[in-house]
Amino acid sequence: MFLNSSVGKKIVVSVSGLFLALFLVVHLFLNFLTVVDDSGDAFVEACNFMERNFIIKIMEYVLAAGFIFHIFYTTYLTWKNRSTRTTNYHVSQKTEVSWSSQNMWISGFVILGFLILHLYNYWYKFKFDESLEVEPIGKFYLVVQLFHQWYYTLFYIIWFIALGLHLNHSIQSGLHTLGLTNQKWIDRLNLISSLYAIFITVGFSIISLYHYLTYVLNNY
Amino acid sequence: MDFTLKIWRQNGPKDKGRFETYEIENITPETSFLEMLDILNQKLIKEGKSPVAFDHDCREGICGMCGLYINGRPHGPDDDITTCQLFMRKFKDGDTIVVEPWRAKAFPIIKDLIVDRSAFDKILQEGGYISVCTGEAPEANSILIPPEVAEEAMDAASCIGCGACVAACKNASAMLFVAAKVSHLALLPQGKIEAAKRVKAMIAKMDELGFGSCTNTRACEIECPKNISISHIARLNREFLKANF
Repeated sequence: MFLNSSVGKKIVVSVSGLFLALFLVVHLFLNFLTVVDDSGDAFVEACNFMERNFIIKIMEYVLAAGFIFHIFYTTYLTWKNRSTRTTNYHVSQKTEVSWSSQNMWISGFVILGFLILHLYNYWYKFKFDESLEVEPIGKFYLVVQLFHQWYYTLFYIIWFIALGLHLNHSIQSGLHTLGLTNQKWIDRLNLISSLYAIFITVGFSIISLYHYLTYVLNNY
Repeated sequence: MDFTLKIWRQNGPKDKGRFETYEIENITPETSFLEMLDILNQKLIKEGKSPVAFDHDCREGICGMCGLYINGRPHGPDDDITTCQLFMRKFKDGDTIVVEPWRAKAFPIIKDLIVDRSAFDKILQEGGYISVCTGEAPEANSILIPPEVAEEAMDAASCIGCGACVAACKNASAMLFVAAKVSHLALLPQGKIEAAKRVKAMIAKMDELGFGSCTNTRACEIECPKNISISHIARLNREFLKANF
């Protein structure tokens, strides 16, 4: 009954989305270690800790399941929602709503495309590149050196902007779906959602730019 | 003022439908949109053509009968109004105005600009009421309700069921309508008793009738002629969670 209803479905989507949004803070913190310690020791130590910790290992599977579920389920629901209109309006909507709220599927699709590239660049190599087991510092260089190429830095910043647009709507929408808003809090949560989106987008972008600019200035 | 009107014409539910273009002249700025359509219809009747069918009743923004999608907005280019409260001064002389019916699978077109909104009645029949014996009105102060709660319930109760929320939503969702009804009754002591049963039944009916899911874009809130807040949708979600767990 609960999962069959449209409200139940969106509650499930909200929980999965908020969980993924929370993971981004952990990821940002890890990335930040590559900036605060340019020897790479802090980053490698954090990687090693995560690889050894049993709870984090389980969370890795939960996270993967969360991503897969969120991607497929929201795609299914978007497709289903499209079928609620047999004829589209001749004049496109002039109601002033936020772009991010109307185009979650587009921002989500961009995020997914870059996610595949990202998983190949890092997750796959971290897991299956045997040389990194012998020389763990290689993980740090793998992260940093990718941003020495301007196009990768640009790609990643585009990705972070898409992520920010997605988060801008998703946090407040998720909390709203869980019934955590009222007339007083609705605008405050919109602001919190936007601030969180800016924090994540700017945070990740600054790290990428830092590695790119450090490389450029050192080789100038 | 002169206008070019592009109006959706459809002979019946099974007809494919098409736009027809009409020129209308000498309309004064204080003419209401529906009066302008009346003038057009008089002209069409004189020419021996079929008049444009559109819903209307009170023409005071109370009944919720009128509802047209005008130039990309439900109820046209003004805020917090119904179509009957829209005046031609909101347009510029020489404008082309595109008039469409509400478009949603759950609101099939009957003729031209008239849609069948009985889906809303069916949702209400599932629980948009309080099961009490009717009789004389009880003493007003016998059940005390804080004014802020009464105000919020009244805001929700101001929904006239026009369907602009469905028309504005990219998913043709009826969540704001259902939320207004659920919230209105859940806020008041008389309605709380059946709140759990009501929210489950009304949502199940809404889904069954082919309305889409709410994705919190707030388009419904912007276009609602009664300015009903989506915070009522948050209450509906809370009521639904409470009813299930």
